[in-house]
Amino acid sequence: MLSLKELMGWIESTDVAMLISQSRGWFPALEMIHVTATTFVFGMITIVDLRLIGVLPRGSAVSDLYRDVIPLTWAAFMVAAITGGFLFMSQAVAYSTNFAFRMKFAMLALVALNMLAFRRFVYPGIAKGDHDAPLPFAARLAGAISLAGWIAVVSCARWIAYLMI
Amino acid sequence: MVELASWLASLPFSQALRKLNWLVPWLQIIHILANGLILAAVVMIDMRIWGISRSQSSIAMARRFQSWIWAALAVLTASGILLILYAPRRLLTDPTFQAKMVVMGIAIAATVALQLVLSGPEMSQGQPGRRPQLAGMLATLTLALWVGVTLAGRGRWLTLMIMR
Repeated sequence: MLSLKELMGWIESTDVAMLISQSRGWFPALEMIHVTATTFVFGMITIVDLRLIGVLPRGSAVSDLYRDVIPLTWAAFMVAAITGGFLFMSQAVAYSTNFAFRMKFAMLALVALNMLAFRRFVYPGIAKGDHDAPLPFAARLAGAISLAGWIAVVSCARWIAYLMI
Repeated sequence: MVELASWLASLPFSQALRKLNWLVPWLQIIHILANGLILAAVVMIDMRIWGISRSQSSIAMARRFQSWIWAALAVLTASGILLILYAPRRLLTDPTFQAKMVVMGIAIAATVALQLVLSGPEMSQGQPGRRPQLAGMLATLTLALWVGVTLAGRGRWLTLMIMR
């Protein structure tokens, strides 16, 4: 049975990981794209969150805003995930034991669960509802959890580098 | 620029700031979050102009996104100035940083132009102005410029690669 550390060591030693960690340009280039994509994801999610919380003017249905925001946000998230995967591979051992990195993924798990619960239990009831009706407490709570969670994700992400040796 | 950096570094405020090491990551986090709000607000306005937004009917929403840009830009500038004062020599003499400032200047000008397009009477009917293609191109340009500014924020490696 492979231990976690051995697994991470193996990931680090793959050709792709070595290419990224040994070159001067690959890591910062991937990181530049990763940070920009993540920044965009945060901004887009915040728009939906603030609509749910009730800060944005109601004016249009939640489902319309959702369909504006979500496809682009998923696309940017995929870019962030792929570039992030390569960044992780290049220093898998150090990242997997980095406290900020672990917290970031705990926070990502939180926002993912929050999103699933929202989509399953809250969204069907409000999506097509009256444009000007105030949203139920559950929707505002989901928005608040998401906003706080994503701020935590970005904060932890920024902190990773400060905890690397 | 070197003289300016040295003078900024010698300011008592700048020296006091350098003693507050723990402040830097927080400033960077605020800076990144504000940057994200600008990108998102520009995209939401652009989608209206490109005509692919479903929540087009809401002019109030678009107006709100305009004010977001300026509020986020104020936060971005304030946190950015503090970060410059923290490390004036490293930033002000960095060609990537200088390029970022120039691109941001153009991005702000394009954002103002975009705002004028959006406040035109034609947009009130949900239609871009008399020259929709021009408005669409301006919208795309504005987004590209702001993405460029964001990329340049993590672009110091380019300087290091070139200066090698």
